[in-house]
Amino acid sequence: MDGIIGRKLGMTRVYREDGEVVPVTVIEAGPCPVVRVRETSGMTQVQLAFGAQKATRATRPELGHAKTAGLDLAPAVLREFPVPGGAPAAGETVTVGIFAPGERVKVTGTTKGRGFQGVVKRHGFSGGPASHGNTRHRKPGSIGPGTDPSRVLKGKRLPGHHGAARHTEIGLQVVKVDADRNLLFVRGAVPGPMRGIVLVRKQGRRSRYA
Amino acid sequence: MDKLSVLQREGLRDDLPDFLPGDTLRVQVRVREGDKERLQAFEGVCIGRRGGGISETFTVRKVSAGVGVERIFPLHSPSIATIELVRRGKVRRAKLYYLRALSGKAARIREKRES
Repeated sequence: MDGIIGRKLGMTRVYREDGEVVPVTVIEAGPCPVVRVRETSGMTQVQLAFGAQKATRATRPELGHAKTAGLDLAPAVLREFPVPGGAPAAGETVTVGIFAPGERVKVTGTTKGRGFQGVVKRHGFSGGPASHGNTRHRKPGSIGPGTDPSRVLKGKRLPGHHGAARHTEIGLQVVKVDADRNLLFVRGAVPGPMRGIVLVRKQGRRSRYA
Repeated sequence: MDKLSVLQREGLRDDLPDFLPGDTLRVQVRVREGDKERLQAFEGVCIGRRGGGISETFTVRKVSAGVGVERIFPLHSPSIATIELVRRGKVRRAKLYYLRALSGKAARIREKRES
């Protein structure tokens, strides 16, 4: 098993023994019960559960699914992970123990929503000078030729909704694993707000031919 | 209290003296040379503390050979062996950045007398 569901608790810092400061994100990950295991075209799909929700809030399909898996409460999150081999069986539990300090992981989450944003924030345009008679401060400028083609080319980067999108941050290093409290300390920032749901998976693409 | 603040509390050191801006400190820093470790003292006036919890840092200023030297230490870092409180200073500000513009007699800080 090489993935787990967690909740981002926030960022802090950790001191190494030699005094080096390591900025870390703390993720409360697992324990995730394995709810279902199924085969799809050569891959084993392992469905993990995380957290719990009140029975009154869960939908009836969720309750039924949880009951089949032998869980008391319907989980807050259900996610399926493809696993190439050595998949756990339904009924087992996945914990932070699958990760070791020093390992590289990728973390997937939903980034913070930023609403309708201009091109400077949304696409990293430079904007114009602030003074010397300039009026194109944060405007995009020209968005293309005129009469020919008489339209704006598809994919033109313009203002619009920014954030609240799925993002995977790759190559993050595991600094510490606290198995007693189900905590994962990952170097650097991960997508999403505090208390946001994140998926942590081992780095390194599996070979397609294995 | 949320889980993160509990975590941040764990790394805090409680073996350091309470000191304030204006106090003169001698900070013993662990210095690693090859595989040997020794202590290096840095003595000067604390001109400010910033941040909170595990991220708190403090700045120590001294004048060495006519050149002002400031070092920023993370308060809870393991690389600080000890902090010695040499002298308490009487100041009316939390950040003593005005000391940078002063030298000699003007840069002195009156000692705080315990009443």
